[in-house]
Amino acid sequence: MRENPKLRVTLLTGRTIEQGVGKERGKASKEYMESVSVCYIDPEDLKKLGIKEKTNVLVSTDYGSVVVKAIKSLRGPHPEVVFIPYGPWANVVVDPETHSVGMPSLKGIPAEIEPAPDKPILSLEELLEEQFEKR
Amino acid sequence: MGYVKRKMTIVKAVTCPVCGSLCDDIELTIENGRIVKVKNGCAMCESKFLSHNSEHRVLKPLIRKNGKLVEVSLEEAVKRAAEILAEANYPILYGWSSTSCEATRVGLELAEEVGGVIDNTAVVCHGPSILSIQDIGISSCTLGQIRHRADLVVYWGSNPWSAHPRHIERYTAFSEGRFQRSAWKGYLTKIKASIAKKKIESALRRVFFRRKPSVPPQPRMELPPAMFKEGRKLIVIDVRKTKSAEIADYFMQVEPNKDYELLQAFRALIRDQEIDVDEVAGVPVGYLEEVADLMIRCGFGILFFGVGLTMSKGKLRNIDAALSLVRDLNMRTKFVIMPMRGHFNVAGANTVFTWQTGYPYAVDFSLGYPRYNPGETSVTDVLLRGESEASLIVASDPVANFPRKAAEHLVKNPLIVIDPHMSVTAQMADVVIPSAFVGIEASGTAYRMDHVPLPLKKVVDPPKGVLPDEEILRRILSEVRKLKRKMLVEAA
Repeated sequence: MRENPKLRVTLLTGRTIEQGVGKERGKASKEYMESVSVCYIDPEDLKKLGIKEKTNVLVSTDYGSVVVKAIKSLRGPHPEVVFIPYGPWANVVVDPETHSVGMPSLKGIPAEIEPAPDKPILSLEELLEEQFEKR
Repeated sequence: MGYVKRKMTIVKAVTCPVCGSLCDDIELTIENGRIVKVKNGCAMCESKFLSHNSEHRVLKPLIRKNGKLVEVSLEEAVKRAAEILAEANYPILYGWSSTSCEATRVGLELAEEVGGVIDNTAVVCHGPSILSIQDIGISSCTLGQIRHRADLVVYWGSNPWSAHPRHIERYTAFSEGRFQRSAWKGYLTKIKASIAKKKIESALRRVFFRRKPSVPPQPRMELPPAMFKEGRKLIVIDVRKTKSAEIADYFMQVEPNKDYELLQAFRALIRDQEIDVDEVAGVPVGYLEEVADLMIRCGFGILFFGVGLTMSKGKLRNIDAALSLVRDLNMRTKFVIMPMRGHFNVAGANTVFTWQTGYPYAVDFSLGYPRYNPGETSVTDVLLRGESEASLIVASDPVANFPRKAAEHLVKNPLIVIDPHMSVTAQMADVVIPSAFVGIEASGTAYRMDHVPLPLKKVVDPPKGVLPDEEILRRILSEVRKLKRKMLVEAA
């Protein structure tokens, strides 16, 4: 089988209005999960990855990797820059380095992205279980 | 009036407890103790007010027993929380940005009592901005000044359309000021023109049946005509084209992690120095010159900066450059700068922390007196070094917002959460104490991003047995004091 195409990108995290509405609705809500377990990708990059919108992708950095849903970015062009809203899914891959000022590096992180149509997006509970040891 | 069955009241001038804009013109319709209608608010505001009695609320105190959270009495939960805090050598008390100043004051008393580290969400937000302001100083003003006078508005590394949805409408480009007209109509014309253009294009595509789409338009080489119009101008500088960027008269796209270079290039241009490269941070120098010229020529400029500057490479140094840019600009014209504070009372948390301890965040009481050294005493660093022994989280959700490695240490140790919602952190907690929504079910004071204090109203009653943060913290504090006295007697 041919290996999945991989793409080196810069990862940004941030607020979206959907995430803002979801977090006020409740962190356990469907709206919240659907608003933060996504990755906005430039249409050109989707082509390079050979996938359509709403396919699952695996985003990996030096700190971890997570499966999220690819969303076609409407605000291109921003080739090789991808965006995941703040949330437990983004936390898996962001850079914890605080450079001695307390602030982790949450934007501009080198990352790799590859199609993962067969891998599921973990639910919040599954993600917490995977990431943290349950006592 | 016996025939009126439904009890419906309208409460006006309610302050919205969501973001740092703290809009205070919200109108709520309350029916039988429930908010049924929200007027004037943004999507987040509406979501918060209408969800105050949603299924995601925690209504009873919970304690983890045999790996499961089980319902207990409030007294038991408070007692368990006090035991955890009193027994820990180095506890963390974190959150505070989504509660009232009054609750934060009690939190600081508790931190001193237990000798822990108390920190607010500024640490992962505008903490670097605070550090930089302490170094450089800030020329700022209130949002009212901007509404009435600013003729050039710049948002840098900030997306107000998503994070502070009514900011542009209430305080900047689309607000109707005494000396500055709203640019709203111009924006509508622009939108209508772009819709018409899209319609014509799609009609042409239909006529020329399956013609290949033309090459995407190349970026303009000169500033758009809107930049030379009379009246208010809006510029957005960001690493991606956000919705705010679409609203703007001019959008400048900077390469990720290169804001510092761009800011310093602006400083050079404003000091009439020449730049002998063709582009800086992906932006042709020609554009920079035009925008620098606009900044100098404006009558009253404002630079709002977001976490796009504090979270990317350079962090506080980016803010150093931004504050210095504005200082330089004041040699040529009037210019002010303001951080876009996220949570509704993060500015209040910084203010109360400073009154009580002398420092705005990352305060360590472990030696009995307050110490401040972000990087060492900041909660993120304490967690990443794995030093804390227990945590109390108030009105915040660090497991949903901290890098995994920091959250890992947080959940490994005893964890107490005080929150109205079953937050992600609450799901991992050992003690969960439900609280009333400040600004909906409890009154208090909050500070807007420009440090103007505003009253938060209580408009409905909290669910039965659910107390405000301030009251819960007082009970924990009193219990901790009892335990500490007991420990002293036993030791003696």
